[in-house]
Order: sequence, then structure tokens, then C-alpha cells
Amino acid sequence: MTDRLGIVVSGSLESGVEVKLDGTVSVEDMAVGRYVTIEGQKQRFFGMITDIGLGAIDPRFTLTPLDISDPFIAEVLCGTSTYGTLHVLPMLTISGNVASLIEGPQPVKTVPTHFSAVNLASQRDVELVFGGEDEKRFYVGTPLDMETKICLDLPELVKRSNGIFGKSGTGKTFLTRILLIGMLQKSAAVNLIFDMHNEYGWAGTSEGGKSVKALKQLFPSKVAVFTLDEESSRRRKVSTDFVVRIGYDEIEPEDMALLRQTLNLTEPAVEAIYQLRRRFGKNWLQQASNLTDSDETSQILNDLNIHESTFQNLKRGLATVSRLPFIEPQAPDNAVKRILEYLDRGINVVLEFGRYTDITAYILVANLLTRRIHAQYRERMEKSMGEDAAKPMPLVITIEEAHRFLNPEIAGRTIFGTIAREMRKYNVTLLVIDQRPSGIDAEVMSQMGTKVTCLLDNERDIDSVLAGVSGKGALKSVLSRLESKQQALIFGHAVPMPVVIRIREYGSPQSYREFLTAGKAEGGKQAEKDIEELWG
Amino acid sequence: MAELSDRVGEIIEASTASFVAQCYELYQLPPLGSLVKTKGGELDIYGIVCHATTGSLEPGRRPIARGKDEESEEAIYQSSPQLSKLLRSEFSALVVGYRKGESICQYLPPGPARIHGFVYRCPPDEVKEFGRSLAFLNILVGAHLPVSADEIVPAALRLMSQMQDDPRAFLVAAGKELTVMLSGQYHQLRAILGRLK
Repeated sequence: MTDRLGIVVSGSLESGVEVKLDGTVSVEDMAVGRYVTIEGQKQRFFGMITDIGLGAIDPRFTLTPLDISDPFIAEVLCGTSTYGTLHVLPMLTISGNVASLIEGPQPVKTVPTHFSAVNLASQRDVELVFGGEDEKRFYVGTPLDMETKICLDLPELVKRSNGIFGKSGTGKTFLTRILLIGMLQKSAAVNLIFDMHNEYGWAGTSEGGKSVKALKQLFPSKVAVFTLDEESSRRRKVSTDFVVRIGYDEIEPEDMALLRQTLNLTEPAVEAIYQLRRRFGKNWLQQASNLTDSDETSQILNDLNIHESTFQNLKRGLATVSRLPFIEPQAPDNAVKRILEYLDRGINVVLEFGRYTDITAYILVANLLTRRIHAQYRERMEKSMGEDAAKPMPLVITIEEAHRFLNPEIAGRTIFGTIAREMRKYNVTLLVIDQRPSGIDAEVMSQMGTKVTCLLDNERDIDSVLAGVSGKGALKSVLSRLESKQQALIFGHAVPMPVVIRIREYGSPQSYREFLTAGKAEGGKQAEKDIEELWG
Repeated sequence: MAELSDRVGEIIEASTASFVAQCYELYQLPPLGSLVKTKGGELDIYGIVCHATTGSLEPGRRPIARGKDEESEEAIYQSSPQLSKLLRSEFSALVVGYRKGESICQYLPPGPARIHGFVYRCPPDEVKEFGRSLAFLNILVGAHLPVSADEIVPAALRLMSQMQDDPRAFLVAAGKELTVMLSGQYHQLRAILGRLK
């Protein structure tokens, strides 16, 4: 049984088709973002409502309205001289012929004929398009007003860099946590998460201030929590696996160059760093910080052609960095090595920043670690190509506040810019979380495979997220009308068509149980044991 | 077969699009807008009463006022019994379709009705059956009638709706049909819808 809505009356492939609603269907029952099927003569089309309007066959009906207070007149006019219209963007064809059964839904290449009937999509149609939950697909939410599960193909998802966007407080963190759980269970990739606000490792907080379980509590055997701030972790009663310390000698000039904006360094000061590195070698930071106002210093500066004011500027910057408590003259252990060890064992690493939520610390650490991990991955991947050895496990690096790393000014220089552009080949991809996508370099944005976006209302942010998507204008109206919580628009590589979802629940005992049982197929006994432990 | 009591008159003038019938009894006219039928060879021709007159039998001889000394109107006819023979009631009906065998066609029959053909009022069942299609509205709206279609259409639909199981649904459906038909004639539509209630 289908619910007929109306008929196609005009349109084009580029802009979508116009549908005239039947008189029996109230325009007020419609909602932007809902799915419809269109029964063309030869094909079935699957599309989304992107706009809803009102029409009248004669302008006089609207200028000198008939007595609508009379229900009889109202009923007569409804659907004939005055009617509702829908704007539908056909996205896929789901015709029942053999080819499409094998290949699944195909992108549309034409439009349905005039007067094709338009129906609300049934549960079955939606399932046909988005697939059911299986060992590869992970349930992330339901479409609006439907109970069908929308599933993401996670192995497909992690093949490219992805982005999660949305204004602050729209549920980005919850969504990310759900996606991470999915990847953890179904994607055969490991995650390295730079957790700025300590939300993913042990426990997070919901909007209401309630604490929710995070990855380590749900999957203790698959997640390791690293921390930069042992004290904070201990206070929060987080069982950490490793305390990260960074030695002065580990900081490279490139790491400092990225901090130019946050440390307020001038361009010549950044140049000076490279010169100092050349002069002092590996231990440049300590030596440069130790330079005092003496003749000797002036001599060195003179030699290196560094102006005094530039040096002062640089020195202030270096002081800010060396004041960071986790930076020590000599690091007791090699953090990169430890992280890689865990990742190699298939254990996901969450790096908590504790109290150091300062953006300087975040950029410095994330960059520093990622660059080295990236180098390792690159090396191993090249080796595996040459020697037919095993490829390193696919790695997904999650970063928050991404526009700080990937803004057009520094995207070309940071390691994250490189990963976003090309690292797919080396089995490393990014999961970018950001609230200001317009701040991210357009080239990086264009390389993202799948974008998940919660409500955005800034025009520039919306434009940058939707750049290059077909049917952009239509999606724009959908995006700006998302509810401010628990709703998201997903489009790109991992879904056959853009889809608005109500994000699945996270935070109740029932939801944890569902996450755990979903992974049972692979987790096997471990998951069962976990459940036992959690719920007795 | 229609009963004798349903017989309302006899055709005295016929054309493709309409016919005029004289009533057997003075003033025994079918209501404006009602559905009547007549035999036309093998066909039953349907018409909708669109105009009626009562006047003198002889065109040149106009009736004169007679009731000055009478107490009531009835008394005039009683004291001049010839009046009911010198006056006559006539009505014209617009042909809106015909029946051939079991099926009803709502468009003009191949030929006009016959002179002296009997005209019957259609029984409720037949009106209901005729009302299943609303194609006849097109003939009604487009005809050049002595009385405006704005009057005939609502009158016909009101009468027809009374025979339907759901009169309101019938009127709404007819209203929608008219809205489509008269989309360019806003004022006419407005007038008709106003009279349909």
C-alpha cells in the first residue's frame, strides 16, 4: 500500500521536479527531507522533498478569495484551483529490472514523464536504497517520520576522509561517538582520536549535564586512553594506559610554523626558526630559549641575519610552548612509538588533553604526533608495495576544531592538509569535526568522501559544506531547516544519496546494549563477555 | 418502463440540442434543473429543464385581468373554466445525453427527439445513475440559454445531489469539476459555487 501524494507536472534534472498535490493530501502534512517514489513509465525514481509551496490556477483566487470560512467552498477549491506543490529532487532510480537488482539503486540520469504518480516512499523502498544492518553497515539513525534504519557502509566510509559539521551544541560529539563505535566494530580500521574535551575516551557529558559512557567503557579491550594530563584523568577516575610527554628535541620547525597564528609569530620569526634549527641541530628549542641578552647572542643573531625584534617575537612564542606542562626537556618515553604499537594491535587510541584545552597545545600535539605516524605509515605502505608485505591497518585520525589545522593559509603546510588530499593511498584518512566549515580550505573540503552535517545557519558555512554537490540549492533549504538537535544530513561516498536522519539514541542502558550486540557478529565472545561485565 | 404519473408532457418542438414540451395540465411543470427523458427511436434522450413558460394558447391573444370581483385566485379559474384550456404551460429542456441499451452517454444524441414524444420525469434511481458522471456539466455550462447557466447548473446539481447516497460528496465533486472547467471565468464560478450550497 502506498500513499499517493500527487503527480509530476514539470521540472528538470538539474533543478528537480515540481509535483502538484492531490486535493486529498494536505500540504501541512508534508515535510522537507521526506522521501518519495515517483512511478515513471519505465523506471521508478527515488527522491527527496526539498521544497513545499502553494499554487493557484488564477491569481484572482488569491487576490479576491472566495469565502473559505465555508467548509464546502474550501473543500471544492482545495486541490483544484488552489493546490499544494512539492519540489522533489529525484536522486536514484530503483526500477525492478534485472540490471538494477544486481547493481542496486543508480543515480538518476533523467526525469519521470509528465503526470507520473508520486507516492510517499515505503519502508521497503528506503531499505532498498540504504540497505539493512549487516556486518559492514552500521545503523546511524532513522529517516524523519519513519522507523527504517539508515545504515552507513563503514568500510567504504573509512576509505576517504570524512567530515562532521554543525553548530556548537547540535550533537556533533554524540554523532562522532556513534560513528567511532561503528568504525570500531565494522570497518577494520583503527582510530586515533585527538580528544580535546575529553569526550570520547572514558565518559562524556550530555547537554543535560548527565554523564554518558564513552568508548573505553563500552569496549575496554579495543580502546586505550592516552593522556597528556595525568592529574586531570586521575581526578575524573579515568583508567589511562599511557601518559604522553613530549621532549624539546621532538619539536621540529614545521610544528612551530603551524602555530604561527596562535602564537602570533611574524613571518620572519618563522624563518628564523629554521635558521636556528640549522644552527643548533636537534636541540634547537632548548638552546634558542636559553639565549640571553648578551653579546654572544647578538653575534649569533647577526650571523644568522635575524633581527632583534624578530627574535623577541620568536622568544615569546617559544616561551609559550615550553610552558606547556607536558613538554619536558627529555621525554621519558617515545609517545609515537607507543601509539603505533597500540594501533598495530588493532587497539584504538584516544588521546585526552585533560586541562590543556588551549588550542596551542592541541595543534602542536596533534600535528607533531600525526606527522610522525604519517611518516611511519608511508614508509610501511611503500615497503608493503615493494615487498608484497602486509599493508598497515587502515588508520582514521579524528581531529576537532579542524579549521585551525586546515584553513587555507596553513592547509598546504600541515600534515592534515596532506592527509586529506592524498593519504588515502597510504591507508590513513581523517575524520574532521568542525563547527566552522567555511574556515576549512576548499581543496580539503572537496576531497572529503562523506560529509555529515548537523544544523548550520551561517550562509558561508552552508555553502562550503555543500560545495560541489548536485542539487545544492535544494539541499541548502533542507540543511538550514534541520532541527537543532539530533538531526543530521549525510551525503557523499558512503550513502547512495543525501539523507536526513534522526540520529540514533545514545546514552541510555538500552542504547549501550544495542551498540554492543550490533558488534557481536565480529566481537564474538568478547562482546558477550563485555555485556556480562556491564550488566551482570 | 416509466409510469404514467411520471409523464409530464409532450414534445412540441425539437432540435439537436434541446426540445420544448407542453404540459398536459396547466402549471404541472417539472422543477427547473430536473432531469427528464423522452423516447427518440431506440434511444432515451435525457434533458435538463432549463426554462418554462405559461401563456396564452394563441400567440396574438394575451390574457386579460379577470379577478377584480373575485375573492381568490382560485375563484377566477372556477368562474372561467375555459381558462385552463386557453392557457398552457411549456418547458424547454437542454439535451444532455442519451441512453443506449445499458450505457448512458453524456453527449448529444445522433438525432433530435420526436415531436409528440412523451416526456417523463426520471425516477430517483435513474437520476442517481446519471449523476455518476459529471460530463454533462460541460454541455450545461457552454449552452446559450434563455436563463443564465449560473442558475441552471446549481439547480440541476442540487436536485441531482438529493438522489445520491452522499449529497455533499457529490456536490464537492461537481464543484471541483466546475472549478477546473471555469478556471478562466472566476466570477461565474464564484456565482455558481455560491448557489450550490
